[in-house]
Amino acid sequence: MPDEKQMRVIGVSRRRVDARAKVTGQTRYADDIFLPRMAYCKLLRSPHPHARIVKIDTTRAMAHPGVYAVLTGKDVPIEYGILPVSQDEQALCSDHVRHVGDPVAAVVAREELTAFEALDLIDVEYEPLRTIADPEEALASPEPRIHNYGEEGNIHKRVSLEFGNVEQSFAEADEVFEDTFFYQGNTHLPIEQHAAVAIKDADGKLTIWSSTQTPHYLHRALAKVLQMPPGHIRVIATPNGGGFGGKSDPFQHEIVVAKAALLLDRPVKICLTREEVFYCHRGRHPVLMKFKTGVKKDGTITGMHLQTLIDGGAYGSYGVASTFYTGALQTTTYHIPRYRFQGCRTFTNKPPCGPKRGHGTVQPRFGQEVQLDKIAEKLSIDPAELRLHIAESSNTVTANFLRLSTVNLKECIRRVVKSSEWNQKFRKLPEGRGVGLACSAYLTGAGLPIYWNKMPHSGVHIKFDRGGGVAVFCGATEIGQGSDDVLAGIVAEVLGLDPFDIRLYTGDTDLGPVDLGSYSSRVTIMAGNAALQAAERGKAMIAEAVAEKFGVAAERICFANKHVFDAGMPEKSVTFADAVCLAEARFGTIGTMGSYTPPKSPALYKGGGVGPSPTYSYTAAVVEVVVSPTTGWITVPKIWIAHDIGRALNPALARGQVEGSVYMGLGEALMEEQEFRRLPKKLSQALVHKFPSMLEYKSPTSLDMPEVVTEFIEEPDPRGPFGAKEAGQGPLLPIMPAVANAVYDAVGVRIDEVPITPEKIVKALAEKKAGREPRFGPSHFPHVDWPEALRVPPPWEGGDGQAVNDVPRSGERSAEKEKVLSS
Amino acid sequence: MITLPTESQKTGHIRLRLNGEETDVAFAPYKTLLEVLREDLGHTGTKHGCELGECGACAVLVEGKPVLSCLLLALECDKKDVQTVEGLSADGKLHPLQEAFADLGAAQCGYCTPAILVTAKALLDQNPHPSRERIREALSGNLCRCTGYQQIFEAVEEAMLRIAREEQAGS
Repeated sequence: MPDEKQMRVIGVSRRRVDARAKVTGQTRYADDIFLPRMAYCKLLRSPHPHARIVKIDTTRAMAHPGVYAVLTGKDVPIEYGILPVSQDEQALCSDHVRHVGDPVAAVVAREELTAFEALDLIDVEYEPLRTIADPEEALASPEPRIHNYGEEGNIHKRVSLEFGNVEQSFAEADEVFEDTFFYQGNTHLPIEQHAAVAIKDADGKLTIWSSTQTPHYLHRALAKVLQMPPGHIRVIATPNGGGFGGKSDPFQHEIVVAKAALLLDRPVKICLTREEVFYCHRGRHPVLMKFKTGVKKDGTITGMHLQTLIDGGAYGSYGVASTFYTGALQTTTYHIPRYRFQGCRTFTNKPPCGPKRGHGTVQPRFGQEVQLDKIAEKLSIDPAELRLHIAESSNTVTANFLRLSTVNLKECIRRVVKSSEWNQKFRKLPEGRGVGLACSAYLTGAGLPIYWNKMPHSGVHIKFDRGGGVAVFCGATEIGQGSDDVLAGIVAEVLGLDPFDIRLYTGDTDLGPVDLGSYSSRVTIMAGNAALQAAERGKAMIAEAVAEKFGVAAERICFANKHVFDAGMPEKSVTFADAVCLAEARFGTIGTMGSYTPPKSPALYKGGGVGPSPTYSYTAAVVEVVVSPTTGWITVPKIWIAHDIGRALNPALARGQVEGSVYMGLGEALMEEQEFRRLPKKLSQALVHKFPSMLEYKSPTSLDMPEVVTEFIEEPDPRGPFGAKEAGQGPLLPIMPAVANAVYDAVGVRIDEVPITPEKIVKALAEKKAGREPRFGPSHFPHVDWPEALRVPPPWEGGDGQAVNDVPRSGERSAEKEKVLSS
Repeated sequence: MITLPTESQKTGHIRLRLNGEETDVAFAPYKTLLEVLREDLGHTGTKHGCELGECGACAVLVEGKPVLSCLLLALECDKKDVQTVEGLSADGKLHPLQEAFADLGAAQCGYCTPAILVTAKALLDQNPHPSRERIREALSGNLCRCTGYQQIFEAVEEAMLRIAREEQAGS
């Protein structure tokens, strides 16, 4: 790794390598692809939230002028799903629809409008079933079952884990706090609607371009459903017009256009309408949470018991992982010596929930940070001081066996306390104005892949050209976060080149080695480390050849300014292109590979696959609010945020990730919600989406966005490339609880629910005025039949990472057992 | 074997000035300007996010003013001057707005960027020195889910300075 002082690319704010394409409109998103003879596809979606399909008759649609084909479930019978344990989706439903918007048939036609018209000519006979609207209803109604798998009835997954004797920890506490919170679901709302184009290649193989974050997982799903050898399928992830987790599952429309292209032997395109994007969803799970936390008088936590009840929607998606994530990261911010987590995900007849920025950890982070604010108040400790007192430190293993690398949470807190002038503001601002503080941690890449395997999580191939050209091949997917720029920046730094000298071939399953995808904040650390290794290997070969020519030791060879030179005598130099020629003459054609596999986790218990990460990012934020005591209207004038990023590879982009997270968090805090309503009885009582449009699904505009003051804490993490940790998800997490805590500081009411709307504030203010508890939030947590907890003694109680009441694992984990994996 | 509609569908026809070039196009008359630009004229730089006038991703300049091309029938654009992101650069040089957006990280996924660029151009053409508040107002119809808008505001302000400098150097 080059000496830090000499770095020319890393750590410098610079134009991203794909910026020119983006500002000239030349970036080719999936729907920008137009091919000769291309046909258009439209999906017929269920109008019922829950029904049996009795009959589908496509005769009239087939006869419609301009229609090439009509597909139904018979054409794509094989089930698939992102997790091996949840293979519960069919590209077109054959006999059972589970939410409004579930696709039942597809039309392919010469014109898009023709396909759309023909949808009306498909005759589907449904037999409506009772709808399950929410988790409480799901718990109370085992029948009708939405799926014939899962734990029982409409319970998809229940987990119960205990790290140390939590009851005893409550007995040892000076105070025990119990709070219930609700986090409403919301959706990603990328501006680009999902689109895909498939083609049968000249040699009979399949190519699909799609706005997907996970081309490798789509590749696997296509091979399964189409029953084709993976080598005959090429998936090209086009640059995504925003993803945020919403394009991480294999989707029905992708499989349908692939099948149609093979059947028709012509290119087939689909672009979803905005309404359909709402039905694809995979967004934030609505979660009801109960926190029970024991503390000493000085704020030291003795133990915590967290229960989560999760509304999964109609399919599994990432849900098993999401369930574990609602309890996995509680221990990563503050020292919690004993911890019990119970989570339950139910199926409901709504679009499936899945991973949205912060996947599963956002909801309990809200509860935990608001409860801490209440604890601080009760103990008369400043919330910042309380957090500084209990914050985790570097190089520790948590109660649930997550290994923390660098932890700079305390510095994050100190920075925002200073920049926001917290000490002059907290509990000191005039009525109606307040500040709130919250913190968070997030994964820098999931420690385990979605399907069990021992292979690398990311691979990079670099090809060196005689003219000095360097081409980087990697499966990593550009979704706007700057994935291509990370690769180019790292390779350019190592080889002494300009990032614009590098050519990138990414997101293509044919060209590049596998990268698992743009999710779990994994690209910088995993593709970045793979790129670093490949670049270092190429550098070593070139250095050896140049050293031989110069007659010096290879250690003396340096790379900078597109030259390769002898560090002892810098005037002795060759151009980079000449250096590659020397290397090629010496070794043959120059191409190098790099790969990255995360370190093994000490969490060996069942379910321990969700939560481990090579390292975690840390964030602290202060939000200032102004709340109208009459209308409850909230405005946010300013937000201060400090993020422990390890190192910002390109600070301009890293800042964009942080501020984009703040923006999205503020949207969730104040307005974004995925709500459903029942139609009146005469209209079937179906459960329909309240806001399947961008106009009604409110998101912050340029007028709503406050000033954000962003600071980075840069202590290079030994596990990150050049020390880098993630920046794209963690900074979202503290925003919602910081807003809630600020609202309390401003008007003295607790809103234990997200979003925090004026209506809820007015209701809570009315409670306050009436002398009742000044609060708006859920009143109870329903009974769940929890399974017996897996008991894992924490490290400080002699635990070895395994459950004492589970079948011990001998050596390697079996594939069967390890299907429960992370995302 | 498929049957086809008996009538030709491309009965709409207009001549417009697209990014400075006189352009003829025939299309199905129900099509919006957005659809004709993307599907019949190969100008895919202009994007769509809702096709209902909600997200602002399809903004183009018609007679120099930002309009949502998804709400405008192409037939209404006969003899009109239409400018899209493809027409922002000139003489092989990027527009100062494009340069500033690229330099300051104002484009992340880049999907809302073309519409924001033309909207910002209309603003700067009409008001060369807008305040931050005026910039926020002008862009309030363009949703961006990636950036949190700050780097966009900064890029517009930077472009404003660069344009002023260019003009000073040119005068």
